[in-house]
Amino acid sequence: MDDVRSQEEVVAVLKKTLESQNLPHLLFYGPPGTGKTSTILALAKELYGPDIIQSRVLELNASDERGIDIIRAKVKNFAKSTVSSSSRPSTLLSSSRLAPQLHTQFHAAPPPYKIIILDEADSMTTDAQSALRRTMETYSRSTRFCLICNYVSRVIEPLASRCAKFRFRPLAMSAATARLEYICAEEGVNVGAGTVETLVRLADGDMRRSIMLLQSAHRLHMGNEITVEHICEIAGVVPEAVIESLLAAWTSGSVSQIEAAVASVVRQGYSATQILDQLQDRILADAHLTSKQKANIALSVAKMDKSLVDGADEQLQLLQLMVTAY
Amino acid sequence: MVLWVDKHRPRQLDALDHLPALSRQLTTLAANADFPHLLVYGPSGAGKKTRIVALLREIYGPGVEKLRIDVRQFSTPSNTKKEISVVTSNYHMEMTPGDVGVHDRLIVTDLIKEIAQTHQVDSNARRAFKIVVLNEADGLSRDAQSALRRTMEKYMSSLRIVLCAESTAKIIAPIRSRCLLVRVAAPEVPEIRSVILKVCKKEGLQIPDNFATRLAEAADGNLRKAILMLEASRIQQYPFTDDQKIFKSDWEIVIDEIAQSIISEQSPARLLAVRGTLYELLSHCIPADVVIKRLALELVRNLEDNDGFGVKRTVLQAAAQYEHRLRLGNKAIFHLEAFVARFMTVYKGYLIDCGMG
Repeated sequence: MDDVRSQEEVVAVLKKTLESQNLPHLLFYGPPGTGKTSTILALAKELYGPDIIQSRVLELNASDERGIDIIRAKVKNFAKSTVSSSSRPSTLLSSSRLAPQLHTQFHAAPPPYKIIILDEADSMTTDAQSALRRTMETYSRSTRFCLICNYVSRVIEPLASRCAKFRFRPLAMSAATARLEYICAEEGVNVGAGTVETLVRLADGDMRRSIMLLQSAHRLHMGNEITVEHICEIAGVVPEAVIESLLAAWTSGSVSQIEAAVASVVRQGYSATQILDQLQDRILADAHLTSKQKANIALSVAKMDKSLVDGADEQLQLLQLMVTAY
Repeated sequence: MVLWVDKHRPRQLDALDHLPALSRQLTTLAANADFPHLLVYGPSGAGKKTRIVALLREIYGPGVEKLRIDVRQFSTPSNTKKEISVVTSNYHMEMTPGDVGVHDRLIVTDLIKEIAQTHQVDSNARRAFKIVVLNEADGLSRDAQSALRRTMEKYMSSLRIVLCAESTAKIIAPIRSRCLLVRVAAPEVPEIRSVILKVCKKEGLQIPDNFATRLAEAADGNLRKAILMLEASRIQQYPFTDDQKIFKSDWEIVIDEIAQSIISEQSPARLLAVRGTLYELLSHCIPADVVIKRLALELVRNLEDNDGFGVKRTVLQAAAQYEHRLRLGNKAIFHLEAFVARFMTVYKGYLIDCGMG
């Protein structure tokens, strides 16, 4: 638990519960890569220790079948069985001596409840979620639920109101940087100047993404120094030059120039969402545009994003954006 | 007889002509003991698939080319049996989850997990993990993608996933953050040209420089198309001449004609005539989005430059709008026709404004 960075409130509350032997139902939400799953797994480990974690924790995620019947059968059955306090293994005390850093939680017996972790709860159907409502209340004597999701709005209100909600913030720059530097040192990665900052900036607080990027870059360029360009390439960032060419065509106001620029960008295989992102950044920073123009462009950008997610053609959408706005 | 496209497809990473830097990176990646999940993306005909196959060969050796086709069965929750054909070798397997439509989540939860839970059969294999290649990953439903998230993490010891997609827009962020993104850009004209010359040399053909350049330009960055066109031209006329006509597909000609005809006349009668042609295109299995895209670009190209920003702009906006609706709806002809009608209104209005109509 002490290793969880940047989520002070959550950790503080959970630590209290470690002492008090009581735990509310939990609802963790926040953007990807902020440590939601890691936190609950760390908590479970500290609560139960390695020996009985198997029998006390049930983890279900989106890759498991999670329709309404599973909630009714599997989850309910697991929740039903009570924890007998005598089932505490006698080896616990000895194991706590073996691992002195774990001693705090073994002052007492492991808490008299089990934990069901429902990872990626926002991808559960509404039916399955409603089936959970009563289950959560009825078996609260023996079972605690922990729901984890990216979007709290996709968890139905009755469920959300039964849980203590914790928001996981995107990692603070400094914490992420420190962690990445630690990893670099541990793994012996040769990073160039500014690379770590780029990693953090690109990942936008998503720790997993920055670590993945770092690892991929490390694998691709074994032993060589990893530069900012390497990172940008594997992160799929569109080079500034390409964005410049698009903007130039855009300001020229000629349809044929826009067409040519868009065609060449699409042909190079850059992802339209990424282009959109970077264009948006540039436009917001542009001092020559009035607020109203920016607002109009933002509207078009939003529309285009929706269309792209629906699966519309990238080239046509980009063309539309560029002839509409400005 | 084998098509030249397949005959001259490079089998090894170092034989690839296009994007040598990327090939080098992939080679170092394959030499490494460990290997990340991959997401390979780029326009069609840029060589995504060729690279994946070459990479697999680099990893597992030539054994990976012994392919067989299995038909796997699985049952849906409503107890109907579904089948999917899977191309497998001893080391990898390849499938297109889009084939089973809305049931693609089951493929991920059942099939891929099943594969993930069994270990590599061949104890002599160079790697402890197997590779699952998912084609057309951008067609995966959201459910399937979120099911994939945990599978990718949980079975890291026995499974790597290679996703192959045309665009990353429809891949959800959590998957993207778990993969190494590999962008395969389309080749430029000179590169296509050099490949055409190479193929000709291998086939023992003489090709005029000029013709090769024109072929390369017409291919639109699609290497497969370039080689197919080359082969078509070879059948049409050999020896090649400098001004030989480049073989255009029938549907392209038809669409260009539609563009011409609706620029020359805007009337309900013409709309009716165009409807017939559109229906014919659809019944020949030309995807509606391809039709609308080509039609829009052709229209813009054919409008005179001094037609100004107005008309062209509306054409492009309308094209994007109707193409988007096309994805949401399921009756293509409505949207195609709406696009044509919209163009006619706008253009007619413009002509009247100019006092010509």
